[in-house]
Amino acid sequence: MSHHEHNETDSHDNSHGNGLGHIIPKSVYALVLGALIILTVITVAIAQVDFGNWNIIVAMLVSSVKATIVALFFMHLKYEDPFTWIYAVIPIFLLIVLIAGVFIDNPFRY
Amino acid sequence: MSTAASTAPEVKKNYLNDHTGIWSWIYTLDHKRIGIMYLVSLFTFFFIAGLIALTMRYELMHAGASGLLTPKQYNVAFTLHGAMMVFLFIVPGIPATLGNFLLPLMIGAKDVAFPRMNLLSYYIYIVGAIMALVALLNPIDTGWTFYTPYSIQTGQGVVLMTAAAFVLGFSSILTGLNFIVTIHKLRAPGMHWMRLPLFVWATYATAGIQVLATPVVGINLLLLIMERTMGIGIFDPKLGGDPVLFQHLFWFYSHPVVYIMILPAFGIIGEIIPVFSRKPIFGYKAVVIASFSLALLGFFVWAHHMFVSGISDFSAATFSIITFGVAIPTAVKVFNWVSTMYRGSIRLDTPMLYAISFIFIFMVAGTTGIYLATLGVDVFYHDTYFVVAHFHYTMQGGAVIGLIAGLHFWFPKMSGKMYNEHIAKIGFVLVFIGFNLTFIPQFVLGMHGMPRRYFDYPPEFESLHFVSTIGAFMNGLGYAMAIFNLALTGLFGKVKAPRNPYDSLSLEWQTDSPPIHDNFETTPIITEWTYGYGTPVRDGTHH
Amino acid sequence: MTHKAETMDPQGPPHVHHMDATTAYGAAKLGMWLFLATEILLFGGLFCAFALFRWTYLEEFHQASKHLNVWMGATNTVVLLISSYFAALAVDAAQHGNNKKIVTYLSITMLCAVGFLVIKYFEYSSKYHHGLSPLNVEFNSPEFNAAYKCFFGLYYCMTALHGLHVIFGMAILGWVISKARKNRFSERYYTPVEVGALYWHLVDLIWIYLFPLLYLVG
Repeated sequence: MSHHEHNETDSHDNSHGNGLGHIIPKSVYALVLGALIILTVITVAIAQVDFGNWNIIVAMLVSSVKATIVALFFMHLKYEDPFTWIYAVIPIFLLIVLIAGVFIDNPFRY
Repeated sequence: MSTAASTAPEVKKNYLNDHTGIWSWIYTLDHKRIGIMYLVSLFTFFFIAGLIALTMRYELMHAGASGLLTPKQYNVAFTLHGAMMVFLFIVPGIPATLGNFLLPLMIGAKDVAFPRMNLLSYYIYIVGAIMALVALLNPIDTGWTFYTPYSIQTGQGVVLMTAAAFVLGFSSILTGLNFIVTIHKLRAPGMHWMRLPLFVWATYATAGIQVLATPVVGINLLLLIMERTMGIGIFDPKLGGDPVLFQHLFWFYSHPVVYIMILPAFGIIGEIIPVFSRKPIFGYKAVVIASFSLALLGFFVWAHHMFVSGISDFSAATFSIITFGVAIPTAVKVFNWVSTMYRGSIRLDTPMLYAISFIFIFMVAGTTGIYLATLGVDVFYHDTYFVVAHFHYTMQGGAVIGLIAGLHFWFPKMSGKMYNEHIAKIGFVLVFIGFNLTFIPQFVLGMHGMPRRYFDYPPEFESLHFVSTIGAFMNGLGYAMAIFNLALTGLFGKVKAPRNPYDSLSLEWQTDSPPIHDNFETTPIITEWTYGYGTPVRDGTHH
Repeated sequence: MTHKAETMDPQGPPHVHHMDATTAYGAAKLGMWLFLATEILLFGGLFCAFALFRWTYLEEFHQASKHLNVWMGATNTVVLLISSYFAALAVDAAQHGNNKKIVTYLSITMLCAVGFLVIKYFEYSSKYHHGLSPLNVEFNSPEFNAAYKCFFGLYYCMTALHGLHVIFGMAILGWVISKARKNRFSERYYTPVEVGALYWHLVDLIWIYLFPLLYLVG
C-alpha cells in the first residue's frame, strides 16, 4: 500500500528509473560475461588436473563463482532487499542439509 | 462494491451475493470465494477418506476376516485413506481454506498478491484430485508412502497416483508463494511485522515450508516414474540402486509437510485462546520465534522415519538427537497458550472447547513423538499401532481439530450467520470422546506389538480393537454433526451474525459479516497490536 | 481484475485493483525469486541422487562420463552464458524504455536457446548411435552395466528436465517479445521483461553446474 516508499534499490545511485529496479551500467554486464567465459575455460582446464577426492569440490567451487556473478549482476541480486537474498540462499542451504543427511547414511553403513 | 442499506428490505452486498450464478464462482478471483470452494472440495474428500477409515475399522473390529474386505482390498483401503487424507485434505488443509479466506482480511488487504494464481492453484488441485481418483481404477496397495522397491513393481495405478501427487504439489507451492508475497507486500499502513496476528505468522512459516519442501518430493516422484518406465536403477536394488534413497527424498518433504499441517492449526489456537480468555497472548514474540524455529528445524529431522530402514547407526543417532530438539518450540507454544488462559476470563464457546481440547491432545501427540524419537524405543514401535496413534493425534487431533475450531470461530464472519451452539457442543463432545476412544487403545496395541497396515491380528488384541472401532464411529458421527451443522446453517440458517460476536480486536472482525468483496470499505490504518485485551493498548499507548 | 488502462497510459503498468504499481512490481519480482527457489530445490534432488551414485560407483561414473562430448558441453555452456548476457541487456533496454532493443536482445537470447537445443539434439542422437540411449535395446538389456545405466539415466533425467526448462523459458521470452513488439513496455513498466529474464538466468545457472558435474568430473 505504499506510493513511494523506499524501494529495495534506490539509494545512492543516480541511475534511478522511476523508483523501479536499479540500473547497472552495461559495461558491468560485459565484464561479467568476460569473466564467465574465462571461468568456463578454467572449468575445463582445471578438470585436466587430478585433485583426487577434491576434483568434484574444485569443480563445484568454480561453478559457484560463476553462478554467484550471474546472480549478483545479471539477476540484480546485489541490489535486492534482504528477503530476496534469504530466498535466494536458503535453497542452497537446504540442499546441503539434504546431501549431508544422505552422506552421513550411506558411507557409514556396514 | 457495497451499497448502503437505505431501505430496510435492501440486502447489503457482500462477497457471497454481489455476483450470482455458478460462473461467478467458477471464474472468481475473490480469495474468500476461492477459500469456500476449497472448503467444499476438501471436506468432500475428508468424508470419503473417513468412510474408508470406518470400513477399515469395521474390518478390524473383530479378529478374523469379516467378509467385507479381502486382505488385498484392505491394503488398497489404507493406501487410499492415507493418500486422500494427506494429499487431498490435510496438506491443502487450513492454508487453502481459512488461510485463503482470512489472510488478506487480517492484514487489511483487498486480496492476495496474485488472485489469478490463487484461482489457478485451486484448479490445479482439482486436476490433481481427479487424477488421483482416476488412479483408483487401478487400485494401489503400496501405502501412501509409495516405498520402493514395491512401488516399482506393483500395480498400474502408481504412475498416475504419483503424477497426481506431483500436480497437487504445484497447487501447494503456488499457494505458499502467493501467501508469502501477500504478507510482504500487502500489509495495510501501520500493520508492522510485530503487530501481525499469530495466524498470519503461522501462515507465513507454513508457506515457507510449502515453497521449499514440496519440490523435493516432486522430483522424487518424477524419479519414481522414471524408474518404473526407464529402469534407471536408482531405487531398484536389483539394478544396483538404493531403495532407501527414495525414503530420504520422500521424507525430506514429508516431515516438513507435517509442519505444514500443524503450524496453521497452532496459529488458529493462538487466535482463539486470547479472544476467549479476554487476555493478550502470553509471549507473542516467543510464539513467533517458535513458529519459525519449528519450520526450520523440521527440515533437519526427516530420517527419524527411517530408523529401521537400514540407515547407518551414525545417522540414526544424529537424527534422533535433533528430533528431540523439535519438541522445544511446540512446548514453548503450549506454555504460552496455557499462560494466556491463566487468570483470564474464560468463555467456553465451541471454538474455545476445541482449542482447549487441542492443547490436551497435542500434549499427548508431542510426548508420544518423543517416545518415537528415542532410537532404542522406536526400534520396537516403528510400524506398530503406536505410530498410527501418534500421527492421528497430531494430524487429526491437531490439524483437523484446529481446522474445525477455526471454522466454528470464523463461521459468523464467513457466512454472516450464527450456528446453533447446542448442536455444535454435542458435536464437540462426540468428536473429543470418540477421537480419544479410537486412539488411546491404539497406543496400547502398539506397545504390545500390533503391527500397522495389517488386515488381521491375534485374538488377544481384539478387545482393544473393538473399543477403537466404537470410538471411530463415534468420532465420525461427531464430525458429521459438527460439519453438517455448519454447512446447513451456512446454507439455510436464519440467525444473522453481528460484525464482531466474540469481541475480537483482530482486523477481520472490524469489517462486515460477511465481508464485502474488497474486504474493507476504506483501507484500514492500524495503530495498535492485535492482542490488547484488557490492557492499556486499547488507548493506543503501546506498540 | 486487471484492466489495461489503455486510455490513460498504454505503456504504463496495468491497473490492478488491489495494489499500486510499485507494489505490484516488487511483488512480481519476489514471486519470481520464490519460484526460482522451488526450481533450485527441484533440480537439487537430482543433484543429491547424482552425488550418491557417483560416490557409490566412482570408477564407472568416470568411465561413463567419457562418452560425453566435452566440447559440445562447453559450447553449450558458452551459448547459455551469452544468452543470459543478452537477457540482462534486454532488461537494461527496458529500463530505458527501448522496446526495439528488447526485441533484438531477447531474440538473440532465443537464438542461443535454439542453438543450445540443436547441440543437445546432436548429443542425444550421437548417444543413440552408440547404443547408449533409453531407446536402444542394448541399454535396456540386463547385460548393460548397471552403474553405467545409472549414470546415463541420471544424465538423461537431468539434461532433459533442464531442456524442458529451456523450452519453458523460450515460451516466456517469446511472449515478452510479442509484447515488446507492440511497444508495451517503458521505464514505468517492464515487469514481464525483468521477471522473464530472471527465469531465463535460472536455466543458465543450472547448466553452469550440470556441465562440469556430468561432463568433466563424471
